[in-house]
Amino acid sequence: MVNLTIDNKKIQAEEGQTLLDVARQNGIVVPTLCHHESLEPSGSCRLCSVEVGEGSRTKVVTSCLYPVAEGLVVQTGSERVMNVRRTVIQLLLARAPESEQLFQMAENMGISPEPRFKASEDGNKCVLCRLCVRTCEKIVGVSAIGFSSRGPQKNVCTPFHEPSNVCIGCGACSYVCPTGQIEMHTSPAGDVRTIWGRDFKMAACKVCGRYFAPEDQLQYISGRTGVPLEELMVCSSCR
Amino acid sequence: MTSKIKSFSELKELQEKIKAARDSRQQRITICVGTGCLAHGAMSVADAFREELDRRGLSVKIDFRKTGCHGFCERGPMVILAPENIFYQHVGVSDVGEIIEKTLLKGEIIDNLLYANPQTGEKYVKEDEVPFYKRQTRTVFGMNSKVDPKKMEDYLAVDGYSALAKALKMKPGEIIREVVTANLRGRGGGGFPAGRKWEETSKAAGTPKYVICNADEGDPGAYMDRSLLEGNPHLVLEGMIIGAYAIGSNEGYIYVRNEYPLAVENINIAIKQAREAGLLGENILGSGFSFDLKVNRGGGAFVCGESSALFASLEGRAGEPRAKYVHATEKGLYDKPTNLNNVETWANVPFIINNGGDWYAGIGTDRSKGTKIFSLVGKINNTGLVEVPMGTKLREIVFDIGGGILNNRKFKAIQTGGPSGGCIPEAYLDMPVDYDELTKVGSMMGSGGMIVMDEGTCMVDLARYFTNFLANESCGKCVPCREGVQRMKEILVDITEGKGREGDIELLESLASSIKDGALCALGTSAPNPVLSTIRYFRDEYEAHIKEKRCPAGVCKALITYSVDSGKCTGCTLCAKVCPVGAATGEKKQAHKIDSDKCTRCGACKESCQFDAIIVR
Ligand SMILES: Cc1cc2nc3c(=O)[nH]c(=O)nc-3n(C[C@H](O)[C@H](O)[C@H](O)COP(=O)(O)O)c2cc1C
Ligand code: SF4
Ligand code: SF4
Ligand code: SF4
Ligand code: FES
Ligand code: FES
Repeated sequence: MVNLTIDNKKIQAEEGQTLLDVARQNGIVVPTLCHHESLEPSGSCRLCSVEVGEGSRTKVVTSCLYPVAEGLVVQTGSERVMNVRRTVIQLLLARAPESEQLFQMAENMGISPEPRFKASEDGNKCVLCRLCVRTCEKIVGVSAIGFSSRGPQKNVCTPFHEPSNVCIGCGACSYVCPTGQIEMHTSPAGDVRTIWGRDFKMAACKVCGRYFAPEDQLQYISGRTGVPLEELMVCSSCR
Repeated sequence: MTSKIKSFSELKELQEKIKAARDSRQQRITICVGTGCLAHGAMSVADAFREELDRRGLSVKIDFRKTGCHGFCERGPMVILAPENIFYQHVGVSDVGEIIEKTLLKGEIIDNLLYANPQTGEKYVKEDEVPFYKRQTRTVFGMNSKVDPKKMEDYLAVDGYSALAKALKMKPGEIIREVVTANLRGRGGGGFPAGRKWEETSKAAGTPKYVICNADEGDPGAYMDRSLLEGNPHLVLEGMIIGAYAIGSNEGYIYVRNEYPLAVENINIAIKQAREAGLLGENILGSGFSFDLKVNRGGGAFVCGESSALFASLEGRAGEPRAKYVHATEKGLYDKPTNLNNVETWANVPFIINNGGDWYAGIGTDRSKGTKIFSLVGKINNTGLVEVPMGTKLREIVFDIGGGILNNRKFKAIQTGGPSGGCIPEAYLDMPVDYDELTKVGSMMGSGGMIVMDEGTCMVDLARYFTNFLANESCGKCVPCREGVQRMKEILVDITEGKGREGDIELLESLASSIKDGALCALGTSAPNPVLSTIRYFRDEYEAHIKEKRCPAGVCKALITYSVDSGKCTGCTLCAKVCPVGAATGEKKQAHKIDSDKCTRCGACKESCQFDAIIVR
């Protein structure tokens, strides 16, 4: 066990834990955008910044990555920290002004847009939190999407912006996206799902006849788990 | 090629044999065929020398040597004739016959090939009399002009690999102690003490341990690492082998920028030679120690020079940085203990081992030791690569070595540390250059780029230029850097276009401090430097742009107007002839006029006017 202080509270934590985890366990609110319990931290949104150290020798660190240490003194709401957070939110609001989720978050934090930043008009809601890319790679295991370009032009896409032939249409990326950027449509009849510019044929449940998952996804699961495809053709409610 | 050298004494014998064979040769012609001189046609000059020497049957008597960069590339192709060290510059193919005929055979000096001081016209015969070289201390870089990088014999002839032989007889801990005593600090930018890094890596748990040379050199305009690797690859190799032995590593990489084909070629040749000679590979010099390395070509993004991005790139992933709360010395490449040092850092190691840490610590300032190679460019008379002891004054570098400002204009500022460095104004010209002093004035050492600016530079425009570069080179992983630097750039563009608003300076400052605190890697945390340092020293220029819509340096097109000084104008009509849009008009022998609405501010009239009658405001 290590002993540390967060916002003047004495706290005990286990070796190897991150500051973010420990703060949250102790009811201290630290905002995040790119963090997700089931994924390794990526440290890209910088919202979780906190200040560590004492006196004049302090520094701002990323709490989702920073390991706890004996005697550490942490401030989660210092002026420097709040400046970073406000700037990050204002920068993202200008980048993705059409994301309601983001506006909600800003409002909750009492941050309003910086008028000097010209709001982007391209309708892009992506804040490059990387959750979709990491989910597709680490949880789904197919790496159908990634990044192209760098700097301000960086974006999430399928390779060469062409419909991916490895995507299984599972929609995990869309569910995990915090800003509503990844659109997923289903045909009125429910037999076709469209995501990342590709149409996926949906499988109908052998029992109830309801369309419940893309055929490609079931095939992928079958290949991975060894469970025969036939057995997977039943939706979860009929199983 | 050299057969395997199996012991320390065999190495010594070989060195002596090569040296003895050389001493009998009196005269030597050295020509630089580094990348800079090659661009000026050095290869055809070298070929012409070879042919002419062969034709005259002089090849056996004359030692003819093609070397890497000597630093004064602007004056290439350059030829040095030993033993007198006569220095000829801008040598062409047509000069070759005359040099052999007159200088080599008769000892006559050819006046028009000598370097002339652009300010005084004074000419110099010998290399070390040329002011550019005279004030330098070329400990590391000076070796370049003594060796043909493709010939290991040349390196052995200057006692190359003696430091390795010496090191292999020491205990690893003793070597590290020498490097700690020397207080060698990283030449790649951060200035972290190399000895401490070696020590940490040597103590870290886990195998294998990696030793890596960072030859990415992303700083535009800086080329010392390339010139060292091209010009003296064995020196860098020797440093790395010593480091590997001290740290306990058997595997290494040299990560080279893809745009450096000659560096890649020469280091590969050197590696092959060293392997054949038993200086790399299994059981080096019979010591029982084994080490080998590979060359890896970098993708060419600026951020790939950053250590964690470099590891990602070496592992075959996208070059994006990671947070470094656990040091690379513990978890670097493939999460194994890794020691990454810059090319120049490694090149310093053999000198430390040969002469001792105390000797090294005797050069430089209190906390910055040894010499540093700077890339000196901009509005200055002598541009090139310059090596001086740490602590040399900026004024000495700019005026004594650099020969002062071009066209006798006024010095305005010097930008040090590459794109994310800062601008230092005239008031600090007497500052000694070292890691800490540069940081104190809001700039940094970086890899050693120095850009001199004269009064014709607009500091806001300059900040815009560097910020634009950094915005585009941001890897885009984290928000403050990707979005924030871009926004800083947009505000700077606005200011230079006359669209600056009240409060912009304050907004730039607060953005800068959030980016410094919030960015994930050092690209982001240092990106605000150009903006902050120009605001710090040239705030009045920002204010003139924003409040008075005026560019004091006369650079920002939207904020300047061209007009004619009717007192000076003779009515020669030249400006009216050159103006591409017909904005300059007037009768012969009458004062001319410029129509500000039509004028595109191209500057053609000002350049053409012989009477200095065009006013820019
Ligand atoms: C954006 C960025 C670019 C860098 N580029 C280089 C480079 O091109 N070459 C280099 O040696 N170090 C570069 N560095 C510094 C390296 O991260 C690292 O500190 C250095 O290679 C360590 O070697 P040293 O201790 O010998 O300087 C860069 C750092 C940053 C943040
Ligand atoms: S829908 Fe395609 S891109 Fe999205 S997570 Fe599933 S496999 Fe990956
Ligand atoms: S698409 Fe959504 S999940 Fe993916 S990076 Fe953008 S905001 Fe994050
Ligand atoms: S600071 Fe810039 S370069 Fe570094 S990780 Fe963030 S976005 Fe990438
Ligand atoms: S949650 Fe830590 S950086 Fe995004
Ligand atoms: S390349 Fe010849 S002096 Fe630099």
